[in-house]
Amino acid sequence: MARGAVAMIGTSVASALAALVLLPLGAVLWRAGVWPALAPGDLQALWFTLWQAAVSALLSCVLAVPVARALARRRFPGRAALISLMGAPFLLPTIVAVMGLIAVFGRRGWANEALAALGVAPLSIYGAQGVILAHVFLNLPLAVRMILQGWQAIPAERFRLADSLGFAPAQVSRHLEWPMLRAVLPGAFAVIFVICLTSFAIALTLGGGPRATTVELAIYQAIRADFDLGRAALLAGVQFLLCAAVAVLIWRVIAAPGFGAGLGRPPMLRTRGAGPWLADVLAIGGAALFLLLPLTAIALRGLPGLADLPEAVWSAAARSVSVALASTLLTVLAALALALRVAKAGRGAALMDAAALLPLATSGLVLGTGLFLLVQPWVLPAQLALEVTVAVNVALSLPFVYRLLLPEARTLQADYGRLSASLGLHGPAWLRFVALPRLARPLGFGAGLAAALSMGDLGVIALFASDQSATLPLVVQGLMASYRLEAAAGGALVLVLTSFGLFWAFDLMGRRYAAV
Amino acid sequence: MKTSILATGLSCLALAAHAETPVLTVYAGEYFTSEWGPGPAIEAGFEAFCGCDLQFSTGDLLPRLLLEGARTEADVMIGLSTDVLARARESGLFAPHGQDLSALTVPVDWPDDTFLPFNWGHTALIYDTTRMETPPASLEAMRDLPEGVTVVIQDPRTSISGLAMVLWVKAVYGDQAGAFWADLAPHILTVTKGWSESYGLFTSGEADMVLSYTTSPAYHIMAENDLTKKAAIFPEGHYFMAETVGKIAGTDQPELADQFLAWVLTPDFQKTIPAANWSLPSALPVADWPAGWSDLPLPETVLFLSETEAESLRAEAVEEWRAALSQ
Repeated sequence: MARGAVAMIGTSVASALAALVLLPLGAVLWRAGVWPALAPGDLQALWFTLWQAAVSALLSCVLAVPVARALARRRFPGRAALISLMGAPFLLPTIVAVMGLIAVFGRRGWANEALAALGVAPLSIYGAQGVILAHVFLNLPLAVRMILQGWQAIPAERFRLADSLGFAPAQVSRHLEWPMLRAVLPGAFAVIFVICLTSFAIALTLGGGPRATTVELAIYQAIRADFDLGRAALLAGVQFLLCAAVAVLIWRVIAAPGFGAGLGRPPMLRTRGAGPWLADVLAIGGAALFLLLPLTAIALRGLPGLADLPEAVWSAAARSVSVALASTLLTVLAALALALRVAKAGRGAALMDAAALLPLATSGLVLGTGLFLLVQPWVLPAQLALEVTVAVNVALSLPFVYRLLLPEARTLQADYGRLSASLGLHGPAWLRFVALPRLARPLGFGAGLAAALSMGDLGVIALFASDQSATLPLVVQGLMASYRLEAAAGGALVLVLTSFGLFWAFDLMGRRYAAV
Repeated sequence: MKTSILATGLSCLALAAHAETPVLTVYAGEYFTSEWGPGPAIEAGFEAFCGCDLQFSTGDLLPRLLLEGARTEADVMIGLSTDVLARARESGLFAPHGQDLSALTVPVDWPDDTFLPFNWGHTALIYDTTRMETPPASLEAMRDLPEGVTVVIQDPRTSISGLAMVLWVKAVYGDQAGAFWADLAPHILTVTKGWSESYGLFTSGEADMVLSYTTSPAYHIMAENDLTKKAAIFPEGHYFMAETVGKIAGTDQPELADQFLAWVLTPDFQKTIPAANWSLPSALPVADWPAGWSDLPLPETVLFLSETEAESLRAEAVEEWRAALSQ
C-alpha cells in the first residue's frame, strides 16, 4: 500500500520536474512571440559545446575507473578522509574552481614554475585544453564516487566465489567488474556530459576567447544583451533535445548487473603482485595530487582574507545554509520516491528517467526568466526570492541524487522485491528495514551533494534577487566587484568550507547507517 | 491572550506607521547595495531629508524591466550604462527627468532629457609597473606588443566594459576594427564573463594588462596605498562611459522620484560617488573632487559614440570582434 503511495509520489515528482523545467521554456517562447532564428556563430557554439562535453565526460569516466578500483581494493590509513576530500572539487563554485586551477596550472602557476625549473616549456591552460582540464577536475570526483559505489555494491560473496574458483584477474574483470561497469558507466557519462553541456563561466574564462563559446553563453547573450527571448528559447530547446537524445541512448545501453543478493558484507577484492599495487598507488596518488593541489591553492589564497571578513559574509552564510538544508530535505525525499518508482520499471519508467535528467540540461537563465514570467502576473517576484531559490536548487540537484540512488534501488528491487512481497513486508516497515539501510550510503552521499550544490550559486535567481536575500555566492561576487579581492578569496573559502562541511556531515551519516 | 491582543495592536501600529512613510523603489544593479557599493550611502543620504523609505531592489536591470513592462514596481532605475540607453528609451517606460543639466561636468555633450548621468569614467588598459616598465604608448601600439605580453579583456556579449572596449576600437578604427582585433588576438590571454574575473587574473599576475577603467588605480592608491597599478593613457582618446538614473513613467511616487533625481545632481550626492563607486562624479567641478582624485592621470581626448551610433554599430562591432578572435 505504502509502496503504491511511493510509486504515486514518484510519478508526481517526475511530472512536477518536467513541468518546472518545460513550462518556463514555454513561457519564454510564448513571450518572444516571433519564430526565432539562430545568429552567426550559434552553430559554431553548438559544435564546440558538443565536442568539449563529450571529451570531458569520456576523460572523466575513463580516468575514474582505475582510481575507483584502487580505492575499492586497497585499505590504508586515512582512506575514508581521502575519499571525502577528493569529492570536494565537484562541490566548488565554478569561479572558485577556476581560480584554484589557475594557481596550479596558470602562467604563473605551480606546475609551470616546476616545469621552468626543469627547463621545460610552459603549459598553457587557456584554450580548449583548459576547458577540458577544468571539467575533468570538477567531474572526476563524481565519476569516481559513482563507480566506487558500483564496486562496493558487488556482493562480497561473488568475489569469494571467484577466489575459490581460482579466477585469474582477467576473469574477475570479465565476470564481475565489467558487468558492473556496464551498468554504472553510461549513467556517469550521461550526467557529466550534460553538466559540461551547460558549462558557461569555465568555458568563457579558460577558453581563451570566443572560439570557446558555448550554447549557454549564446543564451546569456540573447537574454542579457540582445533581449532576444525567442533565440534564447530556441537555443535552450536545442540543449534539451541533445540531453533527451543522450538520455534515450543511455537507457538503451544500460544493463542491470544481476549479481543477486549478498549477505551485506564488505567486498573483498584481492590482488597479488607488485604490478597491480604500483598501478593502484599511481592511480590514487595521481588523482589525489590533481584534485587536492588546486584545493590547497584555494585555501592558501583564502586564509589571509579570513581574518577580518565583513559581517555580511557571515549572515549570508547563515542564510545560504538554511536554504541548503531546506533544499536538501526536499531533494532527498523527491529523489527517493522517483528512484523507487523507476526501479519498479513498468509503464513510463523510461520517460520518468529522462525527466530526471532534464533539469541538468536546463539553461539557468531561461529557467529563471521563464519562472519570472510565470509568477509575475500573480505576485511580486522579489517576494519569492528564497522560495524560488529552493525550488530551483531542488530541481537542479535532484538529478544527481536520483542517479546515485537508481542503481541501488534497482538492485534492491531485483534482490529483495520478491522476498519482501512474500513476507508481506511493506509500508513504513519495508522502508525502515529493507530500503533505507540499503540505500543509506547513496542517500547520505546524495544529500551531501544536494546540500553543497545548493550552497553554490546556480545563477538562476538574478531576476528575483532582492536586497534582503543575498546569498553567500552573491556576497562574494559583490566583494570581487568592488576590488576587495582578498576578502572575496576569504569569503570563497568560507563558502567552500561550509559546502564541504555539509557534504561531509551527510555523507558520514549515510555511511554510518549503511547496512553494507 | 493579553499578549496576542497587544501584539495585534502593535502590528497595527507598525502597519499604520508603515503606511504613512512613502516608499521609493529604486531598481539597481546586482552589487550596488552591498556594503562596499554606493547603495548604503545613497540610501542614508536621501532618507535624511525625503521623509520616505528608499528601498533598493537589486538584480538584472534592463532585462527585468523589459520583462515587467508597465507593471513594474520601480519608481526609479539607477545604474543603466550609456551603451544600453537606446534600448531602454525604446521601451517607452521612462519619463523625462525635467532637471536642469547646467550642473553637469561630464566631458561630453549631454542633451538627454530622459537619463541623467550620476558618474562617469573611461575604459582603459591597466598595467602593473613592477611587471611592465614602459606601457604601450598608444592604442595603435597595442597592435605590436612585445612577444609574450598578455592582455585579459571582458566579453562584449556578457559585459558592459567588454562592449565599451569593442565600441572604443570601433570609434578609433572604423572599418579597420577587425584588423586591430586580429593583431591584438595573439596577446589576448583570455576573455572573461565579467570585469571582476579579469581583474582577478590581472592582480594574481596571470596577465600583464587588463581592460578596466581609468579610475581603477584610484582604488589601489587610496584603499591600499599601492602606487604600482596605472592606466595606460592613449593619445587616440579613451571611450567614455557613464551610469545613469531614470524615472519610470508609471511611478506612483512622481514627486519623490523627481526629488531623488534632483538630489543626484547636488554636491551632497556627488561627493559620495568617487570612493563608494570608484568612478568620477558627473556634476562636480574638478576642484571639488575628494582629495587625491584630481591627481589621477586622465586622458585628454574623450571618445563617445552617440546612443544611436552605438546601437547601430553594436552588432557589427561585436561580430567583427568575435570573428577576429575566433581565427
